[in-house]
Amino acid sequence: MSAPTDPAHDLPDTPPDASPAPGGLSRRAVLGLGGGLAVVGAAVGLGVGRLTAPEPASTSSGTRTYPFTGAHQAGIATPAQDRLYLAAFDLTTSSRDEVVALLQRWTTIAARLTQGLSAGPYGPASGPYDAPPDDTGEAADLPPAGLTITFGFGRSMFVGSDGADRYGLASRLPGALVDLPHFPADNLDPARTGGDLVVQACADDPQIAVHAIRNLSRAAFGSATIRWTQLGYGRTSSTSTAQRTPRNLFGFKDGTANVKAEETSALDEHVWVPASAASADSTDSRWMTGGSYLVARRIRMRIEPWDRTSLREQENLVGRNKGEGAPLSGGTEFTEPDFTASGRGGQPLIATNAHVRLAHPDFNAGVRMLRRGYNFTDGNDSLGRLDAGLFFIAFVTDPRTHYIPMQNQLSKSDGLMEYLEHTGSGLFAVPPGIEDGHFVLGADGTPLTTRHSPFVGQDLFA
Amino acid sequence: MSRSTVGALALAALVLPLAAGCVSNDDTPSAAGTGAPGRLTVSSTADACAVSATTAPSGTLTFTVKNDGTDVTEFYLLAEDGLRVISEVENVGPGISRDLVVQARPGSYFTACKPGMVGDGIRAPFTVTDSGTEVGPTGDTAAQLKAAETQYVAYVKDQVGALIAGTKAFAEAYKAGDDDTARALYAPTRAHWERVEPVAESFGDLDPLTDAREADLEDGQAWSGWHYIEKDLWQPTAEANGGKEYTPLTDAQRVVAADDLVKYTQQLVDEVNKPGFTFEAFQIANGSKALLDEVANGKVTGEEEIWSHTDLWDFQANVDGARVAYDGLADVVEAADPELAAELESRFTEIDALLAEQGSIEKGFTFYDKLSQDQVKALATAVDALSEPLSRLTATVTGA
Repeated sequence: MSAPTDPAHDLPDTPPDASPAPGGLSRRAVLGLGGGLAVVGAAVGLGVGRLTAPEPASTSSGTRTYPFTGAHQAGIATPAQDRLYLAAFDLTTSSRDEVVALLQRWTTIAARLTQGLSAGPYGPASGPYDAPPDDTGEAADLPPAGLTITFGFGRSMFVGSDGADRYGLASRLPGALVDLPHFPADNLDPARTGGDLVVQACADDPQIAVHAIRNLSRAAFGSATIRWTQLGYGRTSSTSTAQRTPRNLFGFKDGTANVKAEETSALDEHVWVPASAASADSTDSRWMTGGSYLVARRIRMRIEPWDRTSLREQENLVGRNKGEGAPLSGGTEFTEPDFTASGRGGQPLIATNAHVRLAHPDFNAGVRMLRRGYNFTDGNDSLGRLDAGLFFIAFVTDPRTHYIPMQNQLSKSDGLMEYLEHTGSGLFAVPPGIEDGHFVLGADGTPLTTRHSPFVGQDLFA
Repeated sequence: MSRSTVGALALAALVLPLAAGCVSNDDTPSAAGTGAPGRLTVSSTADACAVSATTAPSGTLTFTVKNDGTDVTEFYLLAEDGLRVISEVENVGPGISRDLVVQARPGSYFTACKPGMVGDGIRAPFTVTDSGTEVGPTGDTAAQLKAAETQYVAYVKDQVGALIAGTKAFAEAYKAGDDDTARALYAPTRAHWERVEPVAESFGDLDPLTDAREADLEDGQAWSGWHYIEKDLWQPTAEANGGKEYTPLTDAQRVVAADDLVKYTQQLVDEVNKPGFTFEAFQIANGSKALLDEVANGKVTGEEEIWSHTDLWDFQANVDGARVAYDGLADVVEAADPELAAELESRFTEIDALLAEQGSIEKGFTFYDKLSQDQVKALATAVDALSEPLSRLTATVTGA
């Protein structure tokens, strides 16, 4: 029976060549972590929580894992999971080294959790009896549920509200990481807006996503604190052609024209940051090459008035029919809308203020977004109305070209805006992924946090 | 303000099942499902209009019209004379299905598809047999609707006339620096606007130019209208102004703001006094519901009048306007769905009573920021209680 050395927090100086020991890793966990973890063994009693739990008999979606490593971070082009827990953090430390240490802890924990491992090497029910477990435990008997964890940086990490260069990163601020402007009819709650860091956890089981944020938040105490969080359910976008288009809380299919993982050239054009972006910046933003920008908008829907709206008005505002999602110009869901088609009196079949028209690439200089939004229901307001809507998430190559102009147009002219209210907002630079084979491994062959551990955004601090 | 377009004719899809719940089982419309007597399918192509049956029992008929052709199509149920339109669906794109729900009395009819929206259409005789079900009103609905339209247009002209007179007086006081008078005139004058706001919305940019709130603007967009002046008359502290010190308008800016308001209001007056100005019954019905949406979205939350807090004046005016719109159509509703009419009557009465506890447009209301949370909640609940039956008004009126 082999045992892991120590909880990750307490081992800042473990050398990078810590040798892998035989471990109880399942095949999927090994594959998921990539080449740096080529460990297959038969030992037992590792205390790595879920790995020792009985496996479901079938290869259901619950046991699915996605690789943590890669050219891009997971959780962007990954097929959208059913649940979201997103957290924005404010850094409380003034030390650049502490920020780096936090990102190292987070990266290690994320690499572990996404592969079905516990947050720390002991897991929820092992380790020193007089110490708290290094994993909170609520995911112990659950499969990984396709968990992905995606990290991003807010503008306020680079420049404080007073203009201060908080961590010596101002010269690395990408031109695209702007302050979003006030959009018409915005009603943003400061307590749901902004943040120095963002963590997007997506999984097919909400408890898995919450477990991830909870353990990351725990690892952040002393360095960062949660500013706001958002739970989401019922993914409102498909990011793979293999997925059925889901419905938002208006009851309409949403994200039919989304950029999909299979469209690699569209991803390069509209989602990933190209090397040329850095050359166009006056700052040194090369660290963002291969990354993306995450736009988050908490869009409350005026559910009750919407439900009292005639089917005619609903369909005309959206520009698609409710049953199938076909554009009102005809065809089926994936038929391209014909914006020139006219009906009685020469009026366009898809109204001039219809959402599908104003959001379409034809009316937005050809730009597209990779949307990854979720429905949310956060209880009710003091008037007894549902506080519910769409938590909009989009990944774009540059918000200045791929989000702001479109949102201005929508907020100003979209007929649906009468039923929408933007109540929260965030824009984050999502750095590229980290490569296989660089993790520092403990005796059990799983990643540990050390001063030498790789982390997401490493090039920013290099 | 609001950006929604006033939709066109709506059908009775929602109202029928609800109404059915109030009557005996014998009168329940045919159960859903193909093959049920009241459910028919129509396939419209370039050269055919295939209806699944040529007869149906009287009562609620649902034609599910599928455009199997390549042109935009329309489907009609025509009266025996082949001229009078009983009901229709238009703008059905290729591949799209849409329901036509109609209350059909026993008699002879024609069905017609019109692919390409031209010509007389592809017609076939259609017979409605007597099922014994009572159908629809017996009075002359068309004449009642016409009368409602005439009455409503007269009401709009009257309100807009009072609005321009009040706006001029308000603008003069404001330009002259008589802020007390301007503040006193602000809410009662706006009431005339709020009573007929859906009409103003039908004229494109007039609504945002006259009634945009600061939060409605795009970054850097010029602001004009009532709320621009409101902010200058009830100047916010820096704390209430996003941390920025409010800069009062100069005398010259005041003149521009006041003149613009009068100019845009005059445009509204000109529009509604054009000979061709009309507001059809379905627009009146939609407008009635839209006014309650205005209350729900802006007034009951205190977002409309964030500086003056005169939201209850607007609230009352919106309800007044909705009530007038409804009253014009009440005879038609009474005949088509007496229970809906009774419910709307009692809900309007309830909400007026609740508002009366807080004052009146003439004598003044409690300011929004002086209302307790319980009072706001009671008002919001009354709005929801009225809005829900009011949302069935258009389908009831157009289906009658």
